[in-house]
Amino acid sequence: MADTKTTDAFVVFDRVQKSYDGETLVVKDLNLSMPKGEFLTMLGPSGSGKTTCLMMLAGFETATHGEILLDGRPINNIPPHKRGIGMVFQNYALFPHMSVAENLSFPLEVRGMDKTVREAKITRALDMVQMGQFANRRPAQLSGGQQQRIALARALVFEPELVLMDEPLGALDKQLREHMQFEITRLAHDLGITVVYVTHDQTEALTMSDRVAVFNDGRIQQLAPPASLYEAPQNSFVAQFIGENNTMEGIVTEISGDKCVVKLDDGELIDAKPVNVSKVGERTRVSIRPERVEMNKSRLQPGAHTLKATVREFIYMGDIFRTRLSVAGNDNFIIKTRNAPDAVRLEPGAEIEIGWLPQDCRALDA
Amino acid sequence: MKLKTALLATALSSAAFAAQAAELTVMSWGGAYEASQIEAYNKPFAAMKGVTVNMVAADNPGTPIAAMVEANNVTIDVADVELSDAVRLCDEGKLEVIDHAALPAGVDGTPAADDFVAGALASECAVANIVWSTVVSYDSSKVTGVTSIADFFDTAKFPGKRGLRKSAKANLEMALMADGVPAAEVYSLLETEEGVARAFAKLDTIKADVVWWEAGAQPPQLLADGEVVMTTGYNGRIFNAAIGEGKPFTILWDGQIMDFDLFVIPKGAPNKDLAMEYVAFATDSQRLADQAKYISYGPARKSSAPLVGLYQDGKTEMAPHMPTSPEALKNALTNDFEFWADRDVELSEKFNAWLLK
Amino acid sequence: MSDTILRTADGKPLKAALMRASAVARRRAFMLVLPLLAFVLITFVVPIGQMLSRSVTNDAFSANMPSVVAWFAANPEGTEPDEAAYAALVVDLVNAANARTIGTVATRINYDVSGTRSLFTSTGRKAKNMEAPFKDAVLAADEEWGDKVVWAAMRNASAAVTTTFYQAATDRKLTDEGVYAKAPEDLRVYLTLFWRTFVLSGAVTLLCLILGFPVAHLLARLPMRISSLLMILVLLPFWTSLLVRTTSWMVLLQEQGILNNMLVYLGILEDNGRLALMYNQTGTIIAMTHILLPFMILPLYSVMKTIPITYTRAARSLGATSWTTFRRIYVPQTIPGIGAGGILVFILAVGYYITPALVGGATGTLISNQIAFHMQDSLNWSLAAALAAMLLAAVLALYWVYDRLVGIDNMKLG
Repeated sequence: MADTKTTDAFVVFDRVQKSYDGETLVVKDLNLSMPKGEFLTMLGPSGSGKTTCLMMLAGFETATHGEILLDGRPINNIPPHKRGIGMVFQNYALFPHMSVAENLSFPLEVRGMDKTVREAKITRALDMVQMGQFANRRPAQLSGGQQQRIALARALVFEPELVLMDEPLGALDKQLREHMQFEITRLAHDLGITVVYVTHDQTEALTMSDRVAVFNDGRIQQLAPPASLYEAPQNSFVAQFIGENNTMEGIVTEISGDKCVVKLDDGELIDAKPVNVSKVGERTRVSIRPERVEMNKSRLQPGAHTLKATVREFIYMGDIFRTRLSVAGNDNFIIKTRNAPDAVRLEPGAEIEIGWLPQDCRALDA
Repeated sequence: MKLKTALLATALSSAAFAAQAAELTVMSWGGAYEASQIEAYNKPFAAMKGVTVNMVAADNPGTPIAAMVEANNVTIDVADVELSDAVRLCDEGKLEVIDHAALPAGVDGTPAADDFVAGALASECAVANIVWSTVVSYDSSKVTGVTSIADFFDTAKFPGKRGLRKSAKANLEMALMADGVPAAEVYSLLETEEGVARAFAKLDTIKADVVWWEAGAQPPQLLADGEVVMTTGYNGRIFNAAIGEGKPFTILWDGQIMDFDLFVIPKGAPNKDLAMEYVAFATDSQRLADQAKYISYGPARKSSAPLVGLYQDGKTEMAPHMPTSPEALKNALTNDFEFWADRDVELSEKFNAWLLK
Repeated sequence: MSDTILRTADGKPLKAALMRASAVARRRAFMLVLPLLAFVLITFVVPIGQMLSRSVTNDAFSANMPSVVAWFAANPEGTEPDEAAYAALVVDLVNAANARTIGTVATRINYDVSGTRSLFTSTGRKAKNMEAPFKDAVLAADEEWGDKVVWAAMRNASAAVTTTFYQAATDRKLTDEGVYAKAPEDLRVYLTLFWRTFVLSGAVTLLCLILGFPVAHLLARLPMRISSLLMILVLLPFWTSLLVRTTSWMVLLQEQGILNNMLVYLGILEDNGRLALMYNQTGTIIAMTHILLPFMILPLYSVMKTIPITYTRAARSLGATSWTTFRRIYVPQTIPGIGAGGILVFILAVGYYITPALVGGATGTLISNQIAFHMQDSLNWSLAAALAAMLLAAVLALYWVYDRLVGIDNMKLG
């Protein structure tokens, strides 16, 4: 990447590689740079290398090759406690033998701050996460959400400029998680801190981040703001991984500018936008979001290809209808329609015709 | 129901079996000593009477038989105990009285009462079978010229560690004898405060060089390992290491302290009459002499002495290895069980307090 | 509804209904633990109860000398023994001699007054020929009968329930005046030994902790495959008999042993300057530490296994050095293991006797060796019981202190 050496980059991974056994690389040639104040999420399935990257940044793992820079300084040889990075762990890692206040006091004590300063900072940090009245409780006496807030307060109390979060909301129930997502982003923006956030939950990644780095197989597959990640996945892994997605495989038969025609394996022709294909005859996997599939012919462009589809299943989900179709040999083709007053409830067995705008159907790598 | 019947039948039949076959159970000390008794007493007795003689081992048979009598559950017919235990258990009514008049005369015709060595029939509940002794022994490859018990306490002349049993018994007597007290006066002197103080003062002279042992197997081991150059020990054990295993150990008979092992019959023994016969048989002249073939403890009858032959290796003359040989008896002390019955508690405490100092 | 008791639908009290409903389950649960309960009762509670009762009761005198006991009951403490007392004594001595219980009686008094065993047995033999006035006759047989302390000991023994053995166990003796006082210095044994036992056990516990902590930490951190292999090494000593292990230490540590030989061979020691690692406290501490080490490692390991590495990482990320992290975060969380291991090792060490007997020499033996001595050699079981009871009390007191300081709930045995 060209921007790795820019001066305003706060965190930089420069051609970082990591291997545990000397035989396989867990992280392959990682390049990443993030400016101060950014909320960056590392998203990926387990084993994709995202947590390893975080641990290298925190200093608990050493890079096998390459350099990590923090504020322009290489930190490969700086021990974790001198990096000044706040960290929130998956299971909070609150010290069970200390009260909430003692937990918060710990990073301040090891920095040699005196008592009055410590107390002021602790109070401020606890108020920040609305946990002021819990100072004297033990972690075991708190609920999961409360522990999470304390863990957050502890990571912030010594005012680090960079905070790492390792799946911090993984153990919370859905509602609490959504609430905390909001709070964490709010705090990060209010305090102007830089956050590297690791998760395997794409919703979390999309709702919280300025940018998301999608990891797979030790590489960043795509680094982009949430919207473009969803709307414009650069390869079929990202398309599959982010959001729901219908795919069909075929061969490119025509290609001109930002439009191409793909002949699906069962012989049907469809229109698509070439993203990861460059020449005719190449195999491709086309991807289309369920909500972009159109049943109403009048909304399609004139001359657009349509496909015949058989309704297999109709699922009522409240705000939307989810319908499973058989399309071009794919029995798992999903479409979503809004529960509008005029929405049609399809019966299984019904034969319909579907189509889409070519720019919504992306021809990606096979 | 069926199971119950079966169990009952088994119980009844085994009881009947037990009553049928005459059995005798003897309790002894295990090891080479027990083996010698099996060879010399049990096998011939079993052959003669057509009974089974079982041998069971204990660390000190006096303790378990006391417990058995107290619990009213005696399974032992004859036990081999130390003199002090025999006397005490007899005083406490835990032993059957043995009619000493029924003991056979010696092979030379001497009546039993005269044939046994002095003290062997001291308790009316017991008959002595062997004389054993606590002796000083040394590694003759490292020290030579040891002639008297005083040498044991002379670390200037014979440098090196000493082994002593961790108890007051025997040590106090030897200390006094080493200090020049004639054997005959040892116990009367120990009755007095001054005598005890004198004994401890003598022990003080070697205290820093002592390795304390507790089990009879330790002294020969300590000598063999070179941990000590001289040690007290039981003469039988030293003999076995020296003659049996060819170790360069020599026994110093000067200042030896003799003691008896005796047969007793616990009160309520299941086969009391047979037990009486066994005791009389095992303590006749020939049997006592036979035992000496296997272990170097002296027979308790004078008439046995001429009958003692060769050691089981077929070449070692046993007589000079007996604590009762004329050479060994020159300056020997016989353990005074009355004294120890009276003073054991106090002297043990004094001894322990002395160790702690 | 004014009724405050909760009731079931058909109006029965809810509590009663609940009791009934769970009665079967409770009965079944009780039946399941019954075998263990019976086992514990028979093999543990009853023997300990017997031991405790033996330490305060001894009817050897009171059961066999009824006339003397009656005289003591009729005459208050301090009364000079009169003719009636001596007459009672003669009657009892004659009966005891005939019943062959005189040895028991004599042994009992001999516990308090050394040298009185033969006084009883010899006078017992002469008693049947004695005639009035008995006082003169008895004193003629042995003038020791005139000693105050003998009569004080007999009065003391005339009650089956007695503190004699606890007095003896705390180094207190009957004086010539017939009262208990601190024993003369050359007879004080037990308190010193108790003290030494606790100090030595404390040292062994501390050593086990120092040696076991890093090992347990390593085991807890290593991958399972390697740690189970190393665990076998930790447990290996368990599979060898105690005697074999102790004697192996003897072979290693004695003056002509492997360790000393090696040091002499390497020129570190002079041949006549060999270290005394054996037959003293050093030997006891070394051998016992080795034998008890697994009891420290196992609870520590099981606690450390449950401490996630994230605590350490969290502390480090918060700015703590590795030493601060160890001291303030890791160690406090291992306290349940330290407590459990410490108490286990200490209690086992306090009761050890084979090892100290074999390698302890004069300075490395413990109170348990004295208990064994009184069980096996002197056969003064009451004194052994009193010593054992004191040891038990001390251990329970320690347990109580531990509970107050750390909390028993915090203890993890594995």
